[in-house]
Amino acid sequence: MGRFHRHADGTVHQHDHAHEHDGDHGPDDRDHGHDHDHGHRDVGDHTGYPETGTDRVAVLETILAENDRTADRNRADFERAGVVTLNLMSSPGAGKTTLLKRTIAELRGRVRLGILEGDIATSLDADELDGLGAPVSLINTSAGFGGECHLDAIMVRSGLGDLPLAELDMVIIENVGNLVCPAEFDVGQHARAMVYAMTEGEEKPLKYPVMFRACDIVVINKIDLLPHLDFDLDRFLANLRAVNPGADLVQLSARSGEGIEQWCDWLVGLRARTAVAASDRP
Amino acid sequence: MHELALCEAILDTVTRRAGGKRVDRVQVRIGYFRQVVPNSLLFSWELLTEGTDLAGCGLDIDHVPAIVECRSCGAHTNLDAPILVCGTCLGSDVVLLCGEEFLIASIDPAREVF
Repeated sequence: MGRFHRHADGTVHQHDHAHEHDGDHGPDDRDHGHDHDHGHRDVGDHTGYPETGTDRVAVLETILAENDRTADRNRADFERAGVVTLNLMSSPGAGKTTLLKRTIAELRGRVRLGILEGDIATSLDADELDGLGAPVSLINTSAGFGGECHLDAIMVRSGLGDLPLAELDMVIIENVGNLVCPAEFDVGQHARAMVYAMTEGEEKPLKYPVMFRACDIVVINKIDLLPHLDFDLDRFLANLRAVNPGADLVQLSARSGEGIEQWCDWLVGLRARTAVAASDRP
Repeated sequence: MHELALCEAILDTVTRRAGGKRVDRVQVRIGYFRQVVPNSLLFSWELLTEGTDLAGCGLDIDHVPAIVECRSCGAHTNLDAPILVCGTCLGSDVVLLCGEEFLIASIDPAREVF
């Protein structure tokens, strides 16, 4: 089995990484008790590892390189069709599907919307959205090891054929309900949104910083429940700002419809802000 | 939770880069801001490599801390919580220098036995 060494606690390395660099390596590791370089902006020559004496071969590929290449192809396909794409994420039960139902109704006649629906095993969410006037393509993720906990770019690609992209302005990809994994996978979207229910408490941005950092907008849902909760909105906002100072914010109730126009305005604006809108569509 | 998917990706890349040769160890570099559970990654790696050309190949996980540089006072801070704040002046106008790495750094091909 492999060894892992935490740098923060000063664990001694099994192999010394000190080697010649041509590149710019950013941070001065003054907080660590060793001279290992942390690879920020790693563009240098890493082929020489003289201390190890092994024939170490530099790879320097991002772990998700294949996913990212497919994501770029997806994005290019969306853009060719003049479609702007949103990756919608949340924990299970935060209200993504209810918000989508409202959104489809609200944007009818303004934006031609299509939905890519990711779900581990069932078509329950897709069934709920069917017949509302927006084409829905269901991607079950259960083909993986007992069900993937996220959508990746390859899964999204497999669902693209079922959507009439040429007839759409916007595709919303409803990711699998999960606050951890979906944030790591670029699926070819132009923006990421997260639905956060007030019932989830104030501390979640600190517990799931990757997800909260990944979002362009956080939709705070279930505001109709605020009088019945101990939820401290200011504390939540302070926590959110600590991990993601720049995210847009909308407060709404997908159930009552309060605040939904602001969300839809953001979506319409996203289309205007994204390069695909510059194409010569009517 | 997605460690299995990550290991599949690592396995694909290493298999391609090894070009049919045996590999003793693989070095990956993973930043603080990636939500990878080391033991899950190691477990998934063992599970996935079993029965492949990479069976027995070790996985070294190099954890990269999150270090921010303050745009106000210039100090560097090694974060111990995911809060983007300068440890010196407590300002929040900081740039993340490292901690988002997600890299297959290198492989150690097996030595030929003569």
